[in-house]
Amino acid sequence: MLILHPLLGLRDAQEFTYLGDASIIDRPDGLTEPEAFHDYLYLRDNPAGVHKELWFHEQGDRSWLVVTRNTVTHEILGAELARDYARGRGRSR
Amino acid sequence: MKYSALRVFREALTGHKGWTPAWRDPDPQPSYDIVVVGGGGHGLATAFYLAKEFGQARIAVLEKGWIGGGNAGRNTTIIRSNYLLDGNQPFYEFSMKLWEGLEQDLNYNAMVSQRGILNLFHTDAQRDAYTRRGNAMILHGADAELLDRSQVRKMYPFLNFDHARFPIKGGLLQRRAGTARHDAVAWGYARGADQRGVDIIQNCAVTGFRIVNGRVLGVETTRGYIGAIKVGVAVAGSSSRVMAAAGMRLPIESHVLQAFVTEGLKPVIDGVLTFGAGHFYVSQSDKGGLVFGGDIDGYNSYAQRGNMAVVEDVAEGGMALMPMIGRARLLRTWGGIMDMSMDGSPFIDRTPVQGLYFNGGWCYGGFKATPASGFCFAHLLARDEPHPTAVAYRLDRFRRGAMIDEKGQGAQPNLH
Repeated sequence: MLILHPLLGLRDAQEFTYLGDASIIDRPDGLTEPEAFHDYLYLRDNPAGVHKELWFHEQGDRSWLVVTRNTVTHEILGAELARDYARGRGRSR
Repeated sequence: MKYSALRVFREALTGHKGWTPAWRDPDPQPSYDIVVVGGGGHGLATAFYLAKEFGQARIAVLEKGWIGGGNAGRNTTIIRSNYLLDGNQPFYEFSMKLWEGLEQDLNYNAMVSQRGILNLFHTDAQRDAYTRRGNAMILHGADAELLDRSQVRKMYPFLNFDHARFPIKGGLLQRRAGTARHDAVAWGYARGADQRGVDIIQNCAVTGFRIVNGRVLGVETTRGYIGAIKVGVAVAGSSSRVMAAAGMRLPIESHVLQAFVTEGLKPVIDGVLTFGAGHFYVSQSDKGGLVFGGDIDGYNSYAQRGNMAVVEDVAEGGMALMPMIGRARLLRTWGGIMDMSMDGSPFIDRTPVQGLYFNGGWCYGGFKATPASGFCFAHLLARDEPHPTAVAYRLDRFRRGAMIDEKGQGAQPNLH
């Protein structure tokens, strides 16, 4: 798989390590009830099809990306800096 | 029809015209007492034990493809009970005991071969860890032997004992472990269940559940609605997809695991071998092919195929352990979809929906668990309480902080 890095162009997915579903960017507020943290930490949508996920460019520029990938075909549909994605969802960084 | 040597002789003399299909191909009835979703090894074993051990009738198994066409045909056929933790070892030892009596139970040759599994260790720390594991196994009634270097050399003289980084210091041997023929396990359970009146309905994919006031009434399928008092879901690999139809999110990610077979070779490995310094395990099939595998690819996938990087990683593990494997040519590779749970252990549990039960999260350990998984799931479905060996496999164990992290890796699927 080749990931189209927004700064570096096409990079081999082997340069990255995988963390999983990008929904973990939406961390619950620290004052919410424990149930929300259980769901945040352990439950996943795990879709067959388009999936937004976090990849870390460990062997490259050490940036975190949100990659949009199809889990049925392994086709990579896009990638953006996780920072931009998180800001787009209302986080400060 | 009962299978026997005499029967084989008689059929040989009469042109093999007397064999009948091993199971019927019935159309679904409007309703059943118990519907098992998923006609893999686990689902078929569940139906078999429901009928045989728990006196249940009016059972159907719904399979979206054909029997033996899913993960039952995509594993590496190893059976073993060399687990460490209290929540796991009694369950897998129960499974091992069921394997030992399986062929008599089923009147079917599942080619269960107790050829032994040898887990190699390469450091003193690893020897300590395997000693502990072996003691845990013995305390739970399984068998384990710690072999030193010379004993391993006697069994497998061709291994790379003096590898510069990973010299072999010994191994943990479970003699009762081994292999079984994966297809025959599915076929044997299908035949046994069918003989006890279970309807095995193939090409029947479940598309939804009918749930009213928190109770399941039946399942919507591609062959119409089928009513049921209880529904058991055993569809590891697709668990998240199926249970999403019941409004549930699971502590599971689907990952792809690759496996490999070489061309047929003369007998060289008579047991199952695992490398302790990388992820590589190998056995030799009765046809002579070396069957081996390693790590999952490590990203969410439903593709049933993996990428080259893991092929290379597995091959490197093989070369480090037994350099002669480099002369063998690969005949086939394949990928299977695993339910990777958050702590690497499975689930056999009720769900918040009345009458709906869940079996899944088998990671890459589902094949060896087939008999006990079926037995324990049948126990839960029939009696509404967990089997004593499967009490730890609850869906709420993360909420309670009662993870079963066999590898001590942490709560993230692609670490297991």
